[in-house]
Amino acid sequence: MTRPIAAEADRLQTLFVGQGARAVDADILLSADTLLDLYGEDIRGRAYLTTDPFGGEMVLRPDFTVPVVQMHMDSEADPARYTYAGRVFRKQEDDPSRQREAMQVGFEVFDGSDPAGADATVFAAIADALAGLPVRAATGDIGILMAAVAGLNTSCTRKAALLRHLWRPRKFRALLDRFGGRTAPAPSRVALLAMDDPMAEAGPEVGLRSRAEVQARIDALRADAATAPISADELALIDAILSLDETCPHVLSSLRDIAMDLPSIDSAVEAFAARLDALDAKGIDIDTLAFEGSYGRTSLEYYDGFVFGFYAVDNPHLAPVATGGRYDALTARLGAGRAVPAVGGVVRPDLVAMMRGDV
Amino acid sequence: MEKTFSWFGDRGVTLRKSGSDREYSGAVDGIDGVELVLLSAGEIPRELDAGRIHLGVTGSDLIREKLAAWESRVHTIAPMGFGGADLIIAVPQGWVDVETLDDLDAAAAAFRAKHGFRMRIATKYHRQVREFLHDNGVADYQLVDSQGATEGTVKNETAEAIADITSTGETLRANGLKILSDGLIHQSQATLFRGRRRNWTDAQRVTLKELTSLLGV
Repeated sequence: MTRPIAAEADRLQTLFVGQGARAVDADILLSADTLLDLYGEDIRGRAYLTTDPFGGEMVLRPDFTVPVVQMHMDSEADPARYTYAGRVFRKQEDDPSRQREAMQVGFEVFDGSDPAGADATVFAAIADALAGLPVRAATGDIGILMAAVAGLNTSCTRKAALLRHLWRPRKFRALLDRFGGRTAPAPSRVALLAMDDPMAEAGPEVGLRSRAEVQARIDALRADAATAPISADELALIDAILSLDETCPHVLSSLRDIAMDLPSIDSAVEAFAARLDALDAKGIDIDTLAFEGSYGRTSLEYYDGFVFGFYAVDNPHLAPVATGGRYDALTARLGAGRAVPAVGGVVRPDLVAMMRGDV
Repeated sequence: MEKTFSWFGDRGVTLRKSGSDREYSGAVDGIDGVELVLLSAGEIPRELDAGRIHLGVTGSDLIREKLAAWESRVHTIAPMGFGGADLIIAVPQGWVDVETLDDLDAAAAAFRAKHGFRMRIATKYHRQVREFLHDNGVADYQLVDSQGATEGTVKNETAEAIADITSTGETLRANGLKILSDGLIHQSQATLFRGRRRNWTDAQRVTLKELTSLLGV
């Protein structure tokens, strides 16, 4: 690591310590089980996995969030703020010119008492750390989309399927089209469900997935076929949320309009409003702050609320200089019954140093 | 090997083994400046990529499996019309509720909820299967490595589904499996590839031109 990058990493960490964060470290070589459990096989295309003769599958740390969450959940400290600095490793399967390892300096806040305040604390700390650099901020809120899906006038099964694929935009769209009656079911499927005994020609039972499981899914498919399509009006509301792309105050007023027809998003919208107030109180100019309804919906992410990124204005091809967001659901999944609302972000000191012309 | 030899032979370039039957060395007649090296099909992607051989005949499935971003590393000169096999996803015939990848995804979610682990798909084509399932929005599965007799893994309950090469589908049916209607990952065939020309000499470039015009590709 060159001196300017190390110096920038130190400067960033000092800033986060100044925000009350305790400096922590994480192993570079982690057990792969947790990441495989969270992301499935896709992680193999994005991280370096290897096998330990005794420890099973291991992974070169692709980010700090998961080990820091695990460390926090094992401790009794609450609330707590952490900062860390170190390298992360990302496998590049498509583009060999992209970086395989990079420094990250992070700031994570575990505090359920004031989510809007915690969101603003993290965002403002990173915005301050990047002050003077030609960067623009992008923000979003996955929580609003989740609340919108949860409020759709349809079956729990359909809502669960949509939420499961929230981070896969193409699949999410295909499900909306199907549940909205925009794509017709395959004729062979219609014929199967119309049979008195769909299992009649199933043949012998082979494998671990039992006949009862097949029958249970047929029952679920029949129930789904009998469920009314999601109305065009409701689909339009989801589209309206996804296509939001304005400054925050305009988005807030659009969302309040949408909430008239989709009251399930009320509390998520009020949480957004409270966040704007908290950001304003931290000196962030919310009148110019951009918001995108689809921001943060990428696979291998775990954000489920506020999301943000900072991008070089003059170089759209550069990786984001900083990213972050809220990941309450991740702490619940890793907490074995315990959940702690959490928000955090990371800065790339190498990109900061580069933009300053130091390297 | 015989089919490759006749493909070249039909086009006026004779490939033959030299020395004894057990020796893996060969000769080329009909054109100067071309040497024949006999290698296992699975090693050819690596050797082409490393530049240790200039041209290679192997299955297009092996190139895709072994070389990430293969289009930027090797160039397809000609599909050769034999050695055809489909890389497919197959599930038990008794899964009457699973016809498509969307069904597979839904069944995988229910399977994980019931059994507490991700649905297992046995394969040796890890990269292609993972990319295909990712592109088609299938989640909650895991790949388990199977280097042979993959069709038997379902019956043995070491996997719930498989992704494997098949030419006629007979072995699949014999093992109680069926192919998903949209489960075709890749139609493979024997193909003549060329490596990157970065380090080629002018003489080698001239030889390639002569060879491709002889072959009519």
